[in-house]
Amino acid sequence: MSDTQFDKSWQKRTTKQELLLWLGWLALVAFFVFCWEVMNKNTIWAFVSDAPRQAMDIGSRMVPPRWDYLPSLMEPLWDTIAIATLGTLMALFMAVPVAFMAARNTTPSTRFVRPVALLIIVSSRSINSLIWALLLVAIIGPGVMAGIVAIAFRSIGFVAKLLYEAIEEIDAVQVEAVSATGASKAQIMDYAVVPQILPAFAGITVFRWDINIRESTVLGLVGAGGLGLRLQESLNVLAWPQVTVIFILILITVLVSEWVSAKVRHAII
Amino acid sequence: MLRLEGLSKVYGTGDRALTDVSLSVEPGQVIGLIGPSGAGKSTLIRCVNRLVEPTSGKIFLGDLEITGLSRGGLRQARRRIGMIFQEYALVERLTVMENVLSGRLGYVGFWRSFFRKFPPEAIENAYRLLDRVGLSAHVNKRADALSGGQRQRVGIARALEQDPDLLLIDEPTASLDPKTSRQIMRLIVEICDERGLPAIINIHDVALAQQFVRRIIGLQAGKVVFDGSPDELDADVLTKIYGEEDWSATIRKVDEDGEEAGDDDDEGSEEHIAALDRERLAGLT
Repeated sequence: MSDTQFDKSWQKRTTKQELLLWLGWLALVAFFVFCWEVMNKNTIWAFVSDAPRQAMDIGSRMVPPRWDYLPSLMEPLWDTIAIATLGTLMALFMAVPVAFMAARNTTPSTRFVRPVALLIIVSSRSINSLIWALLLVAIIGPGVMAGIVAIAFRSIGFVAKLLYEAIEEIDAVQVEAVSATGASKAQIMDYAVVPQILPAFAGITVFRWDINIRESTVLGLVGAGGLGLRLQESLNVLAWPQVTVIFILILITVLVSEWVSAKVRHAII
Repeated sequence: MLRLEGLSKVYGTGDRALTDVSLSVEPGQVIGLIGPSGAGKSTLIRCVNRLVEPTSGKIFLGDLEITGLSRGGLRQARRRIGMIFQEYALVERLTVMENVLSGRLGYVGFWRSFFRKFPPEAIENAYRLLDRVGLSAHVNKRADALSGGQRQRVGIARALEQDPDLLLIDEPTASLDPKTSRQIMRLIVEICDERGLPAIINIHDVALAQQFVRRIIGLQAGKVVFDGSPDELDADVLTKIYGEEDWSATIRKVDEDGEEAGDDDDEGSEEHIAALDRERLAGLT
């Protein structure tokens, strides 16, 4: 049709970009090699070469499990589940308002309220629940209460963050439609916002509960109640067969909680 | 009934969506608002109930100046203005009945609406409207279980549940196939006739507008460039509204038989893609 000549070559990146990309990768590899060097400087190779024997040794002491220890674990197991569940519930009560204050489309003020909400989220997320527990055991004393509050504090950030992202992604037209009927702010929340975030909310809650079951099994290590407390005791007296029983129990608990959370999420979404 | 005086809207980005638009809608009159994408059709009807705040100009609904209203006054005025949307804008996870009853929210206190305890008259009216739009069998289904045409019928019932004095209708058929589009347009026009209800209908399908509407307003770059009856829409006028194009097929088909007029353009499919994107995103949450 026409005599126009068309190029036969096409590149996604210019030659300069290509070169920079390769240099970047090179720097990354060099950095990795450097880090490896630093790490190995502080390794005592005698211990490392000894590792398989040590592992075998501990392994042999761990079997057979001391099954008659199991009945006395039932109460701490109950504590662990209670810590996770109550901690999650407590977190929800605080996370929901924080999420609404953090979401750009529902916050009362982007300039003043939103940064505060984001700060709460970040500080809650940046501290591991084990460290929260360490602090809280010192403040409110050892026991289940410290565990519950530690789990709750760590969960606020997680739940609020995921929830506020869900709120920001709602369909604005549905909100527009309900406001166009002359509905009040509270009614718009109830009819247009809540129905849209409910599945996300339920999913997040169950997911966090599942994580909290796992986290609460170790909180006892710092004195915050539950299975971890028994784990700590057994480790201190080198009662390896008891440790095995605890590990098996934790494994089963986590499996069950994961199964429950998968079922619930499937039913809702 | 509705009067716009020198209405202008400049968005925060500096885009001039509307420039000095003045028009009035007589009681019982149904107006088709046509124009290319971005001409300001959606902005215009959203200014009427102030989902978009006009930059300048005045809007009167009867004797009430909507542009001067406070928050509370605006809520009361919005109760009198029903709105129907392009993507239906139903709350997907609520039932058909809840969606229709949400048209009554402006008249019901928070706790009554929270526990879904609406007055008997409102419920009776909702059943009557659902029967009128042919959805009696779907009252307790969730809105996302319905087809496009059925969803738009719910949208119509919700707007009518407000018992409005005016309907604002934004591209009611853009997401529907040609047959359903015609059924929905016919239903809207019939209902407006029954109730003597004035309406502004945004519509990008010229043939559809000509078939169902008695007065057409053409918008081009935020200005009214045409206001007249569908018969006056000839090639010259269409060129003035949309720009240079071969209009002979569009016009002839309408003269012969409106039912056969094809869905013309890329605009529709673009809107489709945008809608699809939105639905995909919504699925992620």
